[in-house]
Amino acid sequence: MWNWLKTLYHRLGSPKWFYQITGKWLPWFVAASLVLLTTGLVMGLAYAPMDYQQGNSFRIMYIHVPAAFLAQSVYMMMAAAGVVMLVWKIKMADVVAQALAPVGAAMTFISLVTGAIWGMPTWGTWWMWDARLTSMLILFFLYLGVIALREALSPQEVAAKACALLAIVGVINIPIIKYSVDWWYTLHQPASIKLTEKPAMPASMYLPLLFMVLGFYALLGWSVLLRARAEVLRREAKSGWVRELLKDK
Amino acid sequence: MNLVKKTNAAAFCRLTPKKVNSPSLMAVFIAACRREWQLQVRRKGDLINPLVFFALVVVLFPLGVSPTAEILAPVAPGVLWVAALLAVLMSLDALFRPDLQDGSLEQLLVCGYPAAPLSLAKVLVHWLLSCVPLVLLAPLLGVMLYLPFQAQGVLMLSLLLGSLTLSLVGAIGAALTTGLGKSGVLMTLLVLPFYMPVLIFGTGAMQAAIGGHTALAHLALLGALALVALVLSPWAIAAALRIAVSGE
Repeated sequence: MWNWLKTLYHRLGSPKWFYQITGKWLPWFVAASLVLLTTGLVMGLAYAPMDYQQGNSFRIMYIHVPAAFLAQSVYMMMAAAGVVMLVWKIKMADVVAQALAPVGAAMTFISLVTGAIWGMPTWGTWWMWDARLTSMLILFFLYLGVIALREALSPQEVAAKACALLAIVGVINIPIIKYSVDWWYTLHQPASIKLTEKPAMPASMYLPLLFMVLGFYALLGWSVLLRARAEVLRREAKSGWVRELLKDK
Repeated sequence: MNLVKKTNAAAFCRLTPKKVNSPSLMAVFIAACRREWQLQVRRKGDLINPLVFFALVVVLFPLGVSPTAEILAPVAPGVLWVAALLAVLMSLDALFRPDLQDGSLEQLLVCGYPAAPLSLAKVLVHWLLSCVPLVLLAPLLGVMLYLPFQAQGVLMLSLLLGSLTLSLVGAIGAALTTGLGKSGVLMTLLVLPFYMPVLIFGTGAMQAAIGGHTALAHLALLGALALVALVLSPWAIAAALRIAVSGE
């Protein structure tokens, strides 16, 4: 098992193998995300019981919570890929990091927008300077910074290393930012309306959420692999195997 | 056997470095500080412009919001801090670029001494020369914004501690964007999210002082942030400088 993982890890480091192996994985991710998202959405939107306080508006949770989950974990993945890139100089890690950044930014944006839509019926306002909202907004800006840095730096290797470093610095800073924003919130604002604390959710409410989270992860795998494969083809456009591959089509 | 060992030792002897009286790291650090001091003192424009920028941004607020004391006094801590933060950011933009252009940055990286302490020397001298004047200017602008008198000391102290963190963290962004011709907006985009904790604790200290409480907790946190930045950011700055130089 360990050896199998090790060879897989080394194979994934080569562009050609990466392209071939992920090509086999892709249908599984597609199938998993389609099945999980459909069951999750149908169960969540149609069959889950209504919340006794928020009525039907709580159902946006089935989009909001998975997106917020991914928004945070994608940044961690990006930094992990950055460490792999800087330590072992594996270029494929940079391809994955490059593919992760826009997806993470999109997830953060989705969680902010759905949060605002959810906020209107429950809090009575689109936006509140709540600690969680604020740190999410800062996370969004961190993503935009990484994307902008990659756009600006010209040789690919330099952009790769710089983005990896920025992602790592960001991961060290995220707990500090989160802590300070929490401190600021308790300092400046009286605890006004809060999200109703999660009461022990019934399984009919909780299961769809679980499906949606897993489905979002599968969707992340799908979209990141698609982006990474396209980027591999773009970077390796001059190599022999890509030419052969494109000749067939 | 013994003979083999001896020849082996002889073979390796040539590889051991010849003893030369190379100066200690501390001496090199001090020399780097002196060089940096002289260079920055001679570029007077780069030292004065951030101060003028600071004053100008502060002047915009009475014009834009309201000149009355009832409105200006409550927002004074935030205005002063935001203006100071932006001024520090602006002043950092040209920290490494001249060195990259004249090649001395490469010399810093290949000279055989660790790059982190040497880049720390640059940032520290920069902090002394452009942030300390900012701290001295701040109370004057505070008076113009009707900042209560009891908050003036905390303003200076919090700016002094906070600007060290701002300089160190901002230098990472400056190093990352050194290779670009003009990087003002990009660097702002990269660095500002990391500045938010400093802003929160800095204004928090002043709010506490205005409210008649002790600002010690906030100042302690600002000091903690400065110490963490002092320990960690030189390594990030050095790594970023290596990346920037390799891209040239």
